[in-house]
Amino acid sequence: MRMPRNARAIAAAVAVALLVAAPFGLKPYGIYLLSLWAVMTIAAIGLNLTLGYAGQISLAQAAFVGIGAYTAALLTTQGWPLWSAFLLATGLCLVVGWLLGYPALRVQHHYLAFVTLSFATLVFLMLRNEEWLTKGVYGISGIPRPTLLGWSTKAPLDFYFFCLGVLALVSAAAWWLIRSPWGRAFTALRENPIRADSLGVDTRRYTLMAFAIGSALGGIAGVMYAPLVQFIEPTAFALNLSLNLLLMVMVGGSGYFLGPFLGAAVSVLLPEWLRFSEGLYLILYAMFVMILMAFCPSGLLGLAERLRKPSR
Amino acid sequence: MSAVLEVRDLAKAFGGISAVDGVSFEVHEGEILGLIGPNGSGKSTLFNCILGQLAPSAGEVRIDGRAITRMRPCDLNRLGIGRTFQLLQVFPQLSVRENLVLAGQEHQGSMWSRLVGRRDAGLGASANRMIEFFRLTALTEEKAGALSYGQQKLLDVAMAFMAGPRLVLLDEPAGGVNPTMLAELRERLREINAAERATFVVIEHNMEFVMSLCTRILVLAEGRIIAEGAPAEIRSNPDVIEAYLGG
Ligand SMILES: Nc1ncnc2c1ncn2[C@@H]1O[C@H](COP(=O)(O)OP(=O)(O)OP(=O)(O)O)[C@@H](O)[C@H]1O
Ligand SMILES: [Mg+2]
Repeated sequence: MRMPRNARAIAAAVAVALLVAAPFGLKPYGIYLLSLWAVMTIAAIGLNLTLGYAGQISLAQAAFVGIGAYTAALLTTQGWPLWSAFLLATGLCLVVGWLLGYPALRVQHHYLAFVTLSFATLVFLMLRNEEWLTKGVYGISGIPRPTLLGWSTKAPLDFYFFCLGVLALVSAAAWWLIRSPWGRAFTALRENPIRADSLGVDTRRYTLMAFAIGSALGGIAGVMYAPLVQFIEPTAFALNLSLNLLLMVMVGGSGYFLGPFLGAAVSVLLPEWLRFSEGLYLILYAMFVMILMAFCPSGLLGLAERLRKPSR
Repeated sequence: MSAVLEVRDLAKAFGGISAVDGVSFEVHEGEILGLIGPNGSGKSTLFNCILGQLAPSAGEVRIDGRAITRMRPCDLNRLGIGRTFQLLQVFPQLSVRENLVLAGQEHQGSMWSRLVGRRDAGLGASANRMIEFFRLTALTEEKAGALSYGQQKLLDVAMAFMAGPRLVLLDEPAGGVNPTMLAELRERLREINAAERATFVVIEHNMEFVMSLCTRILVLAEGRIIAEGAPAEIRSNPDVIEAYLGG
């Protein structure tokens, strides 16, 4: 969306102020939801890079969140600091994401969806069956929250601010990436890979990079997720989460920088707000998504842009 | 004079149909070579085989004497070979300037420098020059998808020149462009050819355009070269007239 530079800066400052003020006066469950929003936003930012910008569909994002969460759970319950989990999970997801990119060099669209789906299933089965490592269906409990330079993030409020800080770092990095020549190359890859290739864009390398970086952000989200919920088990990272993340990207507006923020808010918060309707809330939520996708496949931000257009 | 581009016995078959059937020719530095022929005679297929978009069934392609057969399109482009496609190919969601910067950015620095370096990869000034040169100044910040067909066509051609290529293959640059813009396009191509000693191969159905732009013309029919010569010779060649009129 095109906005004057200072208007954009003001909007960003207001948003940050709101996010900082939001948890005060909320019950722990409300703060938990805000933290979950921040963590899911990170994972969705990753998927938005792979899918929204580079145009490569992936149903494997939950697998990377899982890899990150299990890395964090296994390391921190053994007394390792959380930053070691960040390093290991990011590295691991970069490499595995890179490898997962190879099928994308051969197949596209729904075929690629199936390939990534198979990978996600494989990771899920590993988490469930390799009990010696993951404790299988019993899950891992007692995941500690970190203490950073003497600041304990044990309390919900402190942990929320920790999540917000990581989200800020990830957002800044993603913003930089999208506005760099890489972001331009990703967009070109999505819009017309053959033309991009003929202009010297190494489409193979950028495709692999899009997968690697998007997956690494999934891993980072996972590392945050484990100490947030403090108990993890495999089903949290099954297909359901992949679809949910996909929905966040699509609902927010795939290929828009702010899309994941909005999409994650809708996906995490809307079901809670709709709880008053009791059993109906899933139906209402599903209807909302269907109507949005049918009438505005470019998501909420696409809709906003469309509404602004005539006035320009 | 050495050949910039050398094609030897190039062939491409799709199933049983041979689209290109043993084509050989050379293009010399600074030349503007026209490539004409009826619909389906294999012109675009020939381009795609030269540029690595399609793998030829047989034959060889050399640039400056170096074999490049089966090299990837992006590597060929970085050797200084630009192209346009028959169907318009710009990036509709990128602005005019972004399209041009993209067309040049992969020619300099490393992957890493493109990540941490400047947003416009240091190409802002040359993109602006190209925009002015192709008379697109008022449209600089517009999304390419919002331009008229003719303007997009100009942008498409401009992109092929952004990296300062030595050899450019243009597939029907005049298709669907109105007469005023056509004259404009011809002037631009001539200027680049004269100023940079850039070599062109141009596929075109617009005879007036080809005859006035090109220095030499090849005629393709059913995947083979049936005539070659200066525009005036080609115009009066009975085989050419036969190929176009006879089915
Ligand atoms: N990908 C493909 N698969 C199968 N056949 C193809 C393919 N591309 C081209 N052909 C066939 O090869 C022949 C040559 O096509 P080509 O596009 O090279 O012709 P052209 O000279 O560029 O024609 P035009 O002037 O209409 O653009 C045609 O018979 C066409 O049907
Ligand atoms: Mg053609």
